[in-house]
Amino acid sequence: MAEISSLADAVADLVHDGDSVALEGFTHLIPTAAGQEIIRQGRRDLTLIRMTPDVVYDQLIGAGCAKKLIFSWAGNPGVGSLHRFRDAVQRGWPRPLEIEEHSHAGMANRYVAGAAGLPFAVLRGYVGTDLVDRTPTIAPITCPFTGEVLTAVPALNPDVGIVHAQRADRHGNVQIWGITGVHKEVVLASARSLVTVEEIVDELTPRPGAVVLPGWAVTRVAEVPGGAHPSYAMDYSDRANDYYQQWDEISRDRDTFTRWLDEHVLATAGTDATYGGAE
Amino acid sequence: MNEQPAVEGFTRDEMMTVAAARALRDDARCFVGIGRPSTAANLARRTHSPNLVLVYESGTIGAKPGRLPLSIGDGVLAETADTVVSVPEIFNYWLQPGRIDVGFLGAAQIDRYANINTTVIGADYTDPKVRLPGAGGAPEIAASCGEVIVIVPQSRRTFVDRVDFVTSVGFGAGPGDRQRLGLRGRGPTLVITDLGMLRPDPDTCELTLTQLHPGVGVEQAVAATGWPLKVAADLTTTDEPTPQELATLRQLLNP
Repeated sequence: MAEISSLADAVADLVHDGDSVALEGFTHLIPTAAGQEIIRQGRRDLTLIRMTPDVVYDQLIGAGCAKKLIFSWAGNPGVGSLHRFRDAVQRGWPRPLEIEEHSHAGMANRYVAGAAGLPFAVLRGYVGTDLVDRTPTIAPITCPFTGEVLTAVPALNPDVGIVHAQRADRHGNVQIWGITGVHKEVVLASARSLVTVEEIVDELTPRPGAVVLPGWAVTRVAEVPGGAHPSYAMDYSDRANDYYQQWDEISRDRDTFTRWLDEHVLATAGTDATYGGAE
Repeated sequence: MNEQPAVEGFTRDEMMTVAAARALRDDARCFVGIGRPSTAANLARRTHSPNLVLVYESGTIGAKPGRLPLSIGDGVLAETADTVVSVPEIFNYWLQPGRIDVGFLGAAQIDRYANINTTVIGADYTDPKVRLPGAGGAPEIAASCGEVIVIVPQSRRTFVDRVDFVTSVGFGAGPGDRQRLGLRGRGPTLVITDLGMLRPDPDTCELTLTQLHPGVGVEQAVAATGWPLKVAADLTTTDEPTPQELATLRQLLNP
């Protein structure tokens, strides 16, 4: 059964310096509060993994937590660039950031292989692109049955997988609905997993189409209402589109960013339901 | 965004979006990215293509949003979709086998063979002038959709002889490359800009100016292109946006 604890305890117990950590969420159910707790606890040398690193990854990178990023699309969705990510890649601030980049299809399949306990996944992808030369974790493979040449990508098995979800019961069974992205895959692919939830309930009412992760397949659950802000949790909260807009201004300049980080993340206890509001 | 009126009554940006919407036939299954492709696809569904199937990479299939979604994972897409599937499923079961007719892409750079760059600007990948967001779903969209439509404002900075980085393959280095690489879709069939439309030459695969929007001259399109742009012999002019198209587009953007 998944253990239920505070977010601070969960991060302290599960995330260590040097770990590979995937905080996933495909525009929905992004575990922002958990990411900011990692910043608050001062984790370093992390290999961060995510298909769509956005604002919370910009914060983690700007705070100096990451030495490497494995990703497929790094941007502020609907707004533009991630300035902290760009500053790290282009100018090495606050420290150089090694990158390993893929496509969405490749990343999704790497998680699938990880969840399935296979060493690699096969897809039709990347052929003819310059990613093949730049990313060592993309390789051709010949089908043993037809002779067709396809593309192989290695499994992703993060040390820690972190996602946000709508709710869990007291045994740590987790229920997720709406856009579920790669939530199931990242939890099953990771050595340890943390699911932050909007609420812990006595009983999970069945919902059509919902993903259920049994408590025995999850390491830790923490109740963090609003923990996906500025993204959203369907049927609990709305996306804070203003936050994404404001992030463009806050993150553009190192000093403005540093002041924001001090004030909204480092100086807070992580219990404020706004979780590092951009205002 | 170019708000300079092309002719009386509408902007070049509006003309570009309307032209893109018109390119989507009814009943097509369209893989849509956020921004202009999504605006154009939603405009098409509200005008001439009510049965257009909108597929977003967040896993929402057959979304029918009542307003313009603000991100590919906007809740309105999940609420109105025929079905919502996981991200591995959308790429593996729906895109990869060729179930999607049209892929709709933007570009930071596009070259004469319609290869697309959304990764880095600058010749040195390890020390880029500008680090862009990266590939996202685009490489496999460009490979596997029945055809690809690109929508991108035209300038010398964007329309380059050779992209700095091939993120998504158009026609590679020219004729026969898609077949050689085993890419199953037809590749880019249409590039829609704020000045007009380019299509690949049937023999050379080189993007050629085939259509101009009203009020735009050939020399403008040539000047906004970073290679010697060929002009089709039967160059046509885009019909102006109808009042209904304009009203619907403006309502979408400013509800």
